[in-house]
Amino acid sequence: MDFALSEEQELLQQSARDFLARECAPTVVRQTMATPEGYSPALHQKMAALGWTGLVIPEKFGGLGLGLLDLAVLCEELGRAAVPGPFFATAVLGALSLVHARGATAQQKLWLPQIAAGEALATLAVSEGEPCPTPAAIRTRCTSTRSSFRLSGTKLFVPDAHVADLIVTAARTRGRDADGVCLFAVPRDTPGVTVRPLPDVDQTRRPCAVELRDVELPKSARLADEPAGWRALSRVTDAACVTIAADSLGGSQRALEMAVDYARTREQFGRPIGSFQALKHMAAEMVSEIEPARSLVWYAAYAYDHEPRRAGLAAAMAKARLTDIYSRTTNRAVQMHGGIGFTWEHDMQLWFKRALWNRTAFGDAVFHRERVATLSV
Amino acid sequence: MDLSFTPEQEAFRRQVRAWVKANLPKRDPEAGSLESGDPRRIRMLKAWQRKLYDAGYVAMGWPREYGGQGADVVQQTIVNEELIVARAPGLVGGMGIQMVGPTLIQHGTEEQRRRFLPKILTAEEIWCQGYSEPGSGSDLASLRTRAELVGDEFIINGQKVWTSNAHFADWMFCLVRTDPEAPKHRGISYVLIDMKTPGIAVRPLIQMTGEPGFNEVFFDDVRIPRENLVGELNQGWLVANATLQHERNMLGSTTTTQMMMNGLLRLARTCQRNGRAAADDPVVRQQLADLIIRVETMKYHAYRQLTDAIRKRPPGIGASVNKLVSTELNHDIAAMALDVMGPYGSLGRGAADAHDRGDWPIHFMFSLGLIIGGGTSQIQKNIISERGLGMPR
Repeated sequence: MDFALSEEQELLQQSARDFLARECAPTVVRQTMATPEGYSPALHQKMAALGWTGLVIPEKFGGLGLGLLDLAVLCEELGRAAVPGPFFATAVLGALSLVHARGATAQQKLWLPQIAAGEALATLAVSEGEPCPTPAAIRTRCTSTRSSFRLSGTKLFVPDAHVADLIVTAARTRGRDADGVCLFAVPRDTPGVTVRPLPDVDQTRRPCAVELRDVELPKSARLADEPAGWRALSRVTDAACVTIAADSLGGSQRALEMAVDYARTREQFGRPIGSFQALKHMAAEMVSEIEPARSLVWYAAYAYDHEPRRAGLAAAMAKARLTDIYSRTTNRAVQMHGGIGFTWEHDMQLWFKRALWNRTAFGDAVFHRERVATLSV
Repeated sequence: MDLSFTPEQEAFRRQVRAWVKANLPKRDPEAGSLESGDPRRIRMLKAWQRKLYDAGYVAMGWPREYGGQGADVVQQTIVNEELIVARAPGLVGGMGIQMVGPTLIQHGTEEQRRRFLPKILTAEEIWCQGYSEPGSGSDLASLRTRAELVGDEFIINGQKVWTSNAHFADWMFCLVRTDPEAPKHRGISYVLIDMKTPGIAVRPLIQMTGEPGFNEVFFDDVRIPRENLVGELNQGWLVANATLQHERNMLGSTTTTQMMMNGLLRLARTCQRNGRAAADDPVVRQQLADLIIRVETMKYHAYRQLTDAIRKRPPGIGASVNKLVSTELNHDIAAMALDVMGPYGSLGRGAADAHDRGDWPIHFMFSLGLIIGGGTSQIQKNIISERGLGMPR
């Protein structure tokens, strides 16, 4: 029984925190989010140089071969700094889609080393606009000829597709259920692929619409066939849930610290507002949600790596709980700041809005609570 | 990170499970509750604790020289889990083991340890806690019960309240004011009082559950020997603070919470709502899932704290977070159980039609009591924000 981060994980946590405090302060976040691409290639290169983009990529493909707990520790720090850009899209979604695409070695050999090195960006196109990631929600069609596949449909809310070199795309060959779902490696420059960013309130993120009009792909583009396609996809979306939960944890912790710092120094009625119980109790409620939830995130990541039968349940619990907490925490943190917290110039908006994106991406809390109920009631 | 237990720990768990199964005392439906102070219940519980002690399962973490096993926290946790899963009765001497025992080990004299610890372990002597007073609940340090040192004796006058188990306890560990001139935290001493000392009057208060359980205790020129002082004179606040952390941990056990959650799920599967099982109703499912997630969260959080304890990392404000979260979670589970049962939810003990022997309304009330006792949720929030976050007083 040892439920704690390893020394290496604590080192990763601390070095990531120091690095991001240096390289990605809120002023940098603001400069970056004001650019059309919404990311800093220079920062991405530095993160790649630290091994972060290849953290969960096997060593034989140029990565570090670490587990989801390590990635979650890192994503907590990225959430803490509200890092803009395609890290989640490429190092979580893109990388794990390829890692779980067993049997697609050629595609793995082609893309994974480039992703690990920071030379290529990737993402995953699964949503078509419905709030819940279920098999029935995947309607993009795939027809097959002797030598090729042809994809048609519209993917929505695809993270950072506008800069991705590779868009791993879920499409179906038949039916409406999980059995017809396949995954395809679609280079963004394939004829028939059109990408249009969807302006998001959270400017640290760039969800896109991806239009696929008779996109012709070689047979080798199939990453996972039916029914392995849905299985691989569920693994990736579970990882997405855990890392979004970790991002939410880091963001919640940051929002709490900012609110407490402010309440300690801001004076009203001749005393620091942090001496008023109304504010103390708000802050304590944040702590009493965040601290136990940290253990839930760790467990979900641990289960993903070591207890596959519990992984889906744990991912659903973490996603629902942490995104709820992130919304509540940033809401309270804005209130603790008073009017200044509602301004554009104050940094709290960065985390408040990031909580909005985290809430609905890859299924909202209602969807994941129903998953929990299905698996345990 | 590794959530598995070692083969030795698994073997230990099997051994404990087998022992508990073979030795669990039979329910005596005739005997009243512990709270009611029914001597039959108390006799049975004392015998049970004695048996547990003889098997080596009481206060295992204490040093061997004071009757413990020098066991690690994992073994202790395994025993606690097995007892709760088997629905074994709680320890009648819990207050002694959780609160006064550790205090004596830390701050007592060798004489005090030799005199009191063995009888705490075997439940030969039952303890109660004399902290709260009519004017001093949340602001405990404002307490006014006086103890005047005259020669080799303290002479005690004043009143305590909310004193659980005082109606059958043998001893009280008590905070008294020994220096009325000093700042309020600096004039308090920690003393041990034999409840049979002349001048003590105990008057039971009836809880909203309908049973006694806590009491008012009056002291009228009660004389106790000076050697019953624990720690330094006027330094009782420091001595007591250590035990308050133990109390907060004691009030937040996740295994109990998990048992309650299992009970709620059983109810949800059996009770009907709109012509189907409540567990099939989408709104009920959302609420159940939310509670399941909160319970699981506390389970992993307990693992994390257990690991911190093994690594001897300081708990910080963890005990306050536990107390706050767990008591409110237990209350929410009980509240939902009442909703799931519909009109049956308000049928109490003794009602023939009640589900689960009418336990749920009692859980509902009792868990509210625990939100208040041991420092209200609001007090825990003050502790978390002031000591944990450094917010100004």
